[in-house]
Amino acid sequence: MITFSCRLARPRFVLDVDFTAPGGCTALFGASGSGKTTVARLIAGIERPDRGRIAVDGHVLVDTTAGIWAPVHRRRVGLVFQDGQLLPHLSVRRNLAYGRYFAPADAKGVDFDEVVDLLGIGHLLAAYPPTLSGGERQRVAVGRALLAAPRVLVMDEPLASLDAERKHEILPFIERLRDEVGLPIVYVSHAVEEVARLANLVVRLADGRVIAQGTPAEVFGSRVPETTTDRFEAISFLSGTVVRELPEFAISILAHPAGEIAIPALLGGSAGTVRVAIQATNVALATEKPRHHSVRTVLEGCVSSIAAGAGPSGIVTVELAGGDRLAASVTRHAIADLGLTEGTQVFALVKAVSIDERGVGRFDGGKGSKVRA
Amino acid sequence: MSLEAITPEEIVAIKLSLRVATVAVISSLPVAILVAYVLSRGRFAGKIVLDGLVHMPLVLPPVVTGYVLLVLFGRRGPLGAFLEQTFGIVLSFRWTGAALAAAVMSFPLMVRAIRLAMDAIDRRSEEAAATLGASPIWVFATVTLPLAFPGIVAGVVLAFAKALGEFGATITFVSNIPGETQTIPAAIYSYTQTPDGEAGALRLSLIAVALSFAALIASELLVRRSGQARAGFE
Repeated sequence: MITFSCRLARPRFVLDVDFTAPGGCTALFGASGSGKTTVARLIAGIERPDRGRIAVDGHVLVDTTAGIWAPVHRRRVGLVFQDGQLLPHLSVRRNLAYGRYFAPADAKGVDFDEVVDLLGIGHLLAAYPPTLSGGERQRVAVGRALLAAPRVLVMDEPLASLDAERKHEILPFIERLRDEVGLPIVYVSHAVEEVARLANLVVRLADGRVIAQGTPAEVFGSRVPETTTDRFEAISFLSGTVVRELPEFAISILAHPAGEIAIPALLGGSAGTVRVAIQATNVALATEKPRHHSVRTVLEGCVSSIAAGAGPSGIVTVELAGGDRLAASVTRHAIADLGLTEGTQVFALVKAVSIDERGVGRFDGGKGSKVRA
Repeated sequence: MSLEAITPEEIVAIKLSLRVATVAVISSLPVAILVAYVLSRGRFAGKIVLDGLVHMPLVLPPVVTGYVLLVLFGRRGPLGAFLEQTFGIVLSFRWTGAALAAAVMSFPLMVRAIRLAMDAIDRRSEEAAATLGASPIWVFATVTLPLAFPGIVAGVVLAFAKALGEFGATITFVSNIPGETQTIPAAIYSYTQTPDGEAGALRLSLIAVALSFAALIASELLVRRSGQARAGFE
């Protein structure tokens, strides 16, 4: 449990942010300059708020009214920097051991070999940071933070400097941290995909303020497109259980109350409940059940709201059977043509190939049994 | 007088020069690291003044620096009298005074090299160490100092070379007493003032060149050795 409430004024920037994170993975999401890195630095104690209070699991790190200020090195906040910030003059082994040396002896830390194993960095122990690739550096940085026995792990855009392949190499590690280590994580990012996959709470920041907070579905689903590019940011999240796999076609089928969802990958029978991100621009709508078409996923529901401005497109939010919401970005012309209004019975069509199987998160909306509440 | 035969007096001057330069560098190094750190990291009102004071010996005529030392540290000077009465330390016209003059003259070079190295350190390395639980003193000892090591070596070598060659402030402060304060440059100067002294002046000059060059090579090897470890494996 993290409670954060801080105000900080800088010459051309004012931060005024309040949020309470219950545990699991909390994402701070926003464009660059929105203040998310400042929030991370405030939690770590590198920045000092003008006014405010930060507490992690009951430990007050700063409280300006009570005059409490814990210096950086006493906070036990594991900060993972954007580019790792490994100490260049120390080997990977010594970087990993650095934080553990300073950790209190009675701290319930993770085992060295366990961390090395979890992050797959055993073969790098003797190497020096300048010889590592970006992905390796980030993994070592995460391990180093973990071994310092932190109360909370704060990751500041840990994947921002990596290419897509490396991201997909590291995301599973972070998922395992969240589920297996049970450490509260604050994950700073501007990438919807990462946030959607990892977080159970999203705090959306803009210009130093919280503009939305809630589950990824609540924060990213059905937003009014203010600009033409915004429709690409409207993303819905549907959870389903893998019920069938078609190995000859290499696809998996999820069961959802509104219909079956096809995923273009073999997820494995043990995948259990997974969460799928569906971009609003990849959803088509029909008022009659379509037949003879290539789209593998057809979900039944009714229109719950229509948001459209003067632009060519709008966002139609469909309440699916079972209660989940799915945003569809369609032209205003189509809305008029089909005569869509609130309550219209519709079928939402999602092309299987439009779903990025690498972004499929393997947990049930942050309520996983191993996630600490 | 042949070029090969080094006289016992010259040996004395060489040994004295090495001792003066070594003592000057060793005793000013901790102060230089501290001042460099303060100038690199500190944010305080008198920073420009401190910076200016440190660099003064670089721009002042060395004779003036020597004269200031004589006024302050002479046996009747305020600091000189205090040192003599309290600790029994006499600097004027002694080799220790030559070491002080060499230290003062080489101080700006040492501070500058170390400070530049500290400025070049990514502050986030220090922040990262702090988030891992290292207190400011530990951060200084385990991150700042090792990362500034090449700069410290460079500063030490520069200062050593400068101390070996210091002439103006030394001769003003402690004179040119063979066996006590006559360093290599002072001995060369004496040779040039005596008839038939050219061979001696040339000998000592060649030795000065060799010593300075050796110091440079030694520093290069040291820096390379510390860098080699980083470039590859343990």
